[in-house]
Amino acid sequence: MRDDSTAGPPRQAASPGRPKKKESGNSSRGRAGGSKSSGKKSSGRSSKNGARRGASANRRSSGSVSKNGKGATSRSKSAGAAAPKAKEADADPQRFRPVQVLGEDGHLVSDATLEETPAMLLDLYRGMVKIRVLDGRMLNLQRQGRIGFYGQSTGQEAAIVGSAAAATKEDWIVPALREMGVAVYRGYPLNLLVTQLAGKAGEVSQGRQMPCHFSWRAGKFVSMSSVIGTQIPHAAGMARGMQIRGEQSAVLGFLGDGATSSSDFHCGLNFAGVWRSPVVFLCQNNQWAISVPFDKQTASDSIAVKADAYGMPGVRVDGNDVLAVYRETHKALGRARSGGGPTLIEALTYRRTGHSSSDDPTRYRSDEEVATWEKRDPVERLRRFLEFEGVLTKGQHDEMEEEMHREISEATQAVEKLEDPAAESLFEDVFADVTAQLEDQRSGYLHYRNSKPS
Amino acid sequence: MATMTLLQAINDGLRLEMGRDDRVVVLGEDVGLNGGVFRATQGLFEEFGGDRVMDTPLAESGIIGTAIGMALYGLVPVPEIQFSDFIYPAFDQIVSEAAKMRYRSGGEFTVPMTIRTPIGGGIRGGHYHSQSPEAYFAHTPGLKVVVPSTPEDAKGLLLASIRDPDPVLFMEPKAIYRNTKGEVPEGDFTVPLGKARIVREGTDATLVAWGAMVPVAEKAAEACAGDGVSVEVLDVRSIIPLDEETILESVKKTGRAVVVYEAPKSCGFGAEISAVIAEKAIEYLEGPIARVAGFDTPFPYTLEHMYLPDDGRVRQAIKDLMEF
Repeated sequence: MRDDSTAGPPRQAASPGRPKKKESGNSSRGRAGGSKSSGKKSSGRSSKNGARRGASANRRSSGSVSKNGKGATSRSKSAGAAAPKAKEADADPQRFRPVQVLGEDGHLVSDATLEETPAMLLDLYRGMVKIRVLDGRMLNLQRQGRIGFYGQSTGQEAAIVGSAAAATKEDWIVPALREMGVAVYRGYPLNLLVTQLAGKAGEVSQGRQMPCHFSWRAGKFVSMSSVIGTQIPHAAGMARGMQIRGEQSAVLGFLGDGATSSSDFHCGLNFAGVWRSPVVFLCQNNQWAISVPFDKQTASDSIAVKADAYGMPGVRVDGNDVLAVYRETHKALGRARSGGGPTLIEALTYRRTGHSSSDDPTRYRSDEEVATWEKRDPVERLRRFLEFEGVLTKGQHDEMEEEMHREISEATQAVEKLEDPAAESLFEDVFADVTAQLEDQRSGYLHYRNSKPS
Repeated sequence: MATMTLLQAINDGLRLEMGRDDRVVVLGEDVGLNGGVFRATQGLFEEFGGDRVMDTPLAESGIIGTAIGMALYGLVPVPEIQFSDFIYPAFDQIVSEAAKMRYRSGGEFTVPMTIRTPIGGGIRGGHYHSQSPEAYFAHTPGLKVVVPSTPEDAKGLLLASIRDPDPVLFMEPKAIYRNTKGEVPEGDFTVPLGKARIVREGTDATLVAWGAMVPVAEKAAEACAGDGVSVEVLDVRSIIPLDEETILESVKKTGRAVVVYEAPKSCGFGAEISAVIAEKAIEYLEGPIARVAGFDTPFPYTLEHMYLPDDGRVRQAIKDLMEF
């Protein structure tokens, strides 16, 4: 998590509608990857909201994430009779090109400069590797039957860690479903994480929720729901609360591509837009909502374009480029804190695994598509860059991974000794006080349990 | 003491609490300059400003969803849903989010929010300005449901609801918003949630009612007195948590129970009250538990007087029960 005192890009947000001139010489320059692009941006819309909206245009990408983020391969096994795509809503075809800093080859794109310190880069890398390692280990636990369910984030580490790193300790996080890594990045203790996954006593939810539904007040990480989109108005309202209280913090609210179809997406963004409340909506567009692909979710060319309807900037970033995600989220959060209102960021990424441990993605998508995105692996991309920059050696990487495995093993072993939540806990926390009805049911059950023949 | 209508008492309660606690905010459709379509929030915008009294976009799910966010952040929101008939888009937010937040986070996150919404018929409002959906919400663990029937209770229960650490659905019987007047204590006082009120004492039968059905029950009880039958009338006030004790005590005393409610009869909250009486006091009963309720039809426009229980139907139910 960023602290205001730590090194990194300047705090003040780039003025919306104008690309920030990058300082060079902060660190060594990376080589440009991919083809040259002009680096000029187009904005300056003449509408009354032009100044705000202009921020949606950004540096052009020289990477190869295509307009719809899908790459060259077919998306779906069943092409079906998909309706023809709506025409590009905006006259400027560059407007929602994904912002990229690190190309797929692990080098800075042509017009990018390095702004992050080596310590910051390593911090981001560590955060991403930790999710990757956790995913592997926790899925193993699930396959062994030691936890009931798990939802992986593999392939989305850059979107998760890049955005998490842009938030300060004072900012609130309103997660959707696939943001366990945000909590981990902010310091969520592994023993609590594993306890939650195992549904054991010793963690606030006391086995009341399915695995992967975390709640961590100390990290300003709001309790997760399974219902898609309901958290979006919460983020808007929370930010409105900050506004009323005159707080200098912001809300980072998450959602997925599927949630953009929900009525709460409309409500949340509309309310936030009207109130101009300090919230950044970060949509992890991982292309799939269980088995439904992005083009069956919306006829829009992008999610970012939807921001127009709510009078807020829409930004599209390469969600597998941790630096692009970090910088754009950082910029948007800064703008939010300084009264500039909300932003919708669409991070283009890919859910490389099933929706959860219960899902079999081979039923609905091709191996080729998955392989295409494996080549865009966010962890590998940053690793290549760090090695090229001399910030990370293979030895360091291996050491990092080993340490994580050790930590996880310790947490896992400790949790094996934990007990199921106490029977009484079933009846607590429905209300602040136990009602007469609940007391009746509790004592009735305990009487039955204590008196039944064993 | 001051004489107020039920509506004025609500307005008085809101003003008092907003002045007492600066975390309290009001939001909803037309609640600002317009003072609410029933004028429940009249004058609050002028007194407390647009950051405390917010006109929102027209979306119930957004009103409740953002109010939940405010509550999570530390405010005490009092959102208004203009008519309870329009609450369904917010059903998900109320049931899936507000009501479950404390439980799923082990008390780390709570939603101290009071949703105010007018309920009930009698204003010629047809399907969509007349319903009494309390039972849908009463079936949701983690949510309190309150319905006042007098000006004093309206203020006292509202203050108790706003100060309650859990989400409360505060349902206001709009049919008696203006035609019920009563003495209301000035200044601060609360009426505790979860306590029924004995409206009228009696020995032969118990009428259990809430909201706009309380005056109907009173009228029926008065008529029964003329018939020589002594009827006790209870105002439930708090649907959840339910004061079973007061209901059971009364029924054990009288041996007869009639539950009166406006909502469709089947699965209405009166069914729960009947079940509680059957479970816990059946041996005291002289006859079957009766329910006088709305019919299992959508709420009608022209024939609403037929649909709504009136004192005649209640009196008949008691008569039948006495003759059982």
